[in-house]
Amino acid sequence: MSKTINIDGQNIPFSEGQTIIEAATAAGVYIPHLCHKPGYTPHGSCKLCTVNVNGRNCSACTFPAAEGQTVINNSEELRHDRMRITQMLFVEGNHLCPSCEKSGNCQLQGVAYHLNMLDNHFPHFYPLREVDASHPDILIDHNRCIFCTLCVRASREKDGKSVFDISGRGIHKHLIINSPSGKLKDTNIDVNDCAAHVCPTGAILIKRTGYQVPIGQRIYDHHQISEVALNEEGGAGSLPAAALPPSLEVAGQGSLPAAALTPSLEGAGHGK
Amino acid sequence: MYEHLETADPNLTSVANLKRVVVDPVSRVEGHGKVTLLLDENNKVQQARLHIVEFRGFEKFIQGRPYWELPVLVQRLCGICPVSHHLAAAKAIDQLVGIDPANLPPAADKLRRLLHFGQVLQSHALHFFHLSSPDLLFGFESEIGKRNIIAVLGEYPELGLQGVKLRKYGQEVIRMVSGKRVHGTGAIAGGMNKALNKEERDYLLQDIDQMIAWADASVALIKKVHTSNLPFYDDFATIRSNYLGLVKPNGALELYHGGIRAKNERGETLVDHFDYCHYNDIIHEEVRSWSYMKFPYLTSLGTAMGWYRVGPLARVNNCDFIDTPLAEAARAEFKAHGGETMVHSTLAYHWARLIEMLHCAESIKTLLHDPDIMSADLVAKGEKRYEGIGVIEAPRGTLFHHYQVDENDIVTKANLIVSTTSNNMGMNESVRQVAAEYLSGQELTEPLLNNLEVAIRAYDPCLSCATHAVGKMPLQLELLDAEGKLVDQLVRHSSGEFVHGI
Repeated sequence: MSKTINIDGQNIPFSEGQTIIEAATAAGVYIPHLCHKPGYTPHGSCKLCTVNVNGRNCSACTFPAAEGQTVINNSEELRHDRMRITQMLFVEGNHLCPSCEKSGNCQLQGVAYHLNMLDNHFPHFYPLREVDASHPDILIDHNRCIFCTLCVRASREKDGKSVFDISGRGIHKHLIINSPSGKLKDTNIDVNDCAAHVCPTGAILIKRTGYQVPIGQRIYDHHQISEVALNEEGGAGSLPAAALPPSLEVAGQGSLPAAALTPSLEGAGHGK
Repeated sequence: MYEHLETADPNLTSVANLKRVVVDPVSRVEGHGKVTLLLDENNKVQQARLHIVEFRGFEKFIQGRPYWELPVLVQRLCGICPVSHHLAAAKAIDQLVGIDPANLPPAADKLRRLLHFGQVLQSHALHFFHLSSPDLLFGFESEIGKRNIIAVLGEYPELGLQGVKLRKYGQEVIRMVSGKRVHGTGAIAGGMNKALNKEERDYLLQDIDQMIAWADASVALIKKVHTSNLPFYDDFATIRSNYLGLVKPNGALELYHGGIRAKNERGETLVDHFDYCHYNDIIHEEVRSWSYMKFPYLTSLGTAMGWYRVGPLARVNNCDFIDTPLAEAARAEFKAHGGETMVHSTLAYHWARLIEMLHCAESIKTLLHDPDIMSADLVAKGEKRYEGIGVIEAPRGTLFHHYQVDENDIVTKANLIVSTTSNNMGMNESVRQVAAEYLSGQELTEPLLNNLEVAIRAYDPCLSCATHAVGKMPLQLELLDAEGKLVDQLVRHSSGEFVHGI
């Protein structure tokens, strides 16, 4: 008899060492997240995966599943909190979806749609942030960084390079690049590194590839991020962290069948 | 011809009691502009100006962005002709990856043309049926409550519906090629991101014959309207000007790619098949203190004589022929009408526009039967360059995009000359003509002032990207005395309610 936790009234099995999000994903229950990625050390920073466990809020990506837990994931209060968090991410940077090449493939945008975020609510910061285009193949647009640290972890854990880190605190937090000049061109990053492909937003991009995937064939054109995440992470989610080979990590492309992505004449992506 | 009305005699402005009349905003055009008139005590017009009151700043804020963003970023300039900006930018960034128009894969070239024909078709249909038909069908000074598309749909339901469906068809062409009706993606550096599949092609084919028939009928309609109101339609807002636009190497009408041709008012060729990459050698822009919009002119003729008009009237006037049969027949009739080499009637813009709409519908059919639009050979690549120039015939006229990038692919400099800018002088001249010939000396009323708007509307100006709700456009007319004191006002609130008096 396996051990279970209860999420929104549903009993879900878990194995020892799994986090709540891993158990939930394996059972087909989506918990919104941005900084969590199967196979990477949990970071617990974006707080989107906040759930209520036995009356207390905690991050599902770091909190271990344990017998007897009663977890609330799907409540109006949590949806509202998650939407506010997402809105704060939008106003802290410069996330201009209409012209962004990541649009349709962007997890931040996908989560915002999933949470039915219809405006930014908070005043925009309009921060002045740099674009680092110094590398011949990779572009960093700091305007779109949400400090999820996935590139930091990818470079360290998968590529063995430590190209990135986060520096500063609070509102002064920013992504730094490990080279004497602070420019990407002076690092040993390679275009095939996991760190170059892991960004959930449009902050780290492969140069000269933007807009090549037509509207209708982008990851979230026909599927909500909840479906895509469960499809991609469902099997992997049941494994303990860091058990995945890097080869499964590159680009975060879905394992959805190509047929599922064929554009219909009715089209999609209106308003994106 | 009416240049003396650009600025009132300074002696007069200081001594006489000039009244200021403002039409703000000008309605049923894309974007926001206003007209100001200065009148003396006998209501004689002493000054008339069309002011463009918006400032966009795209040329500045695309600096620092990677070049491949340009087609998608700059198309946000406009919600009416985003495709034209998209393609002008695409033609420019083709050059940044070493691809000149001749080296673009045929499939990409044809898909872009298909996309652009859809764009011009929907824009022309929108302008004629939604924005201008109320003036043309009901009369320039008709009751204001009737001057909108809703009234057209009420009194001419079949015609109104054809207009809506023609526009929709053009947007469906855009959606099939670029994924969305407005602000899709499609053109990328050196090509296109997708071809049409058979399902999409067949979907567009099923209605194209109907669209050609409707477009043909609309040409007949505008011809009838124009020729039934002579000489008024030939004279109203009419000015003699130079004309500029792109033509095909064989002299045919061209909307996507060609050389620059300019003709003077007598139809004599000033410039022909000129490589637009050197546009700076023949065109400069003049700044005037009272408008945010610049005044372009042909440098060889100077600021006073070098201004020119662009758009449908210029293109149909300038070309030797149109390479689709129905539109060519319509063009021949059009050119025969004026009895001169060039047609100068400003209201003939409408006629020329619908001839182009017919040409677009015919051309879409030809392209849909071309197997290349389903080809997988979509992108070409060459040697990186640091400067790119793309020029296209947008619905409203010749559109210039010019970019420079650095070694890291980042835009360092941009210059855009949008179509409406080229018509700045033409529109101002037309406004002054109407003010001098039709308004001067009369007690000004709202219906009379609509004549000014009719003159501007003929050019289909896109003063910036804009959308507006039918019948909800607030309108305020103010009558001020020379001290700037409000003497009288007429206000239409967004609810449609009118209030007259102070």
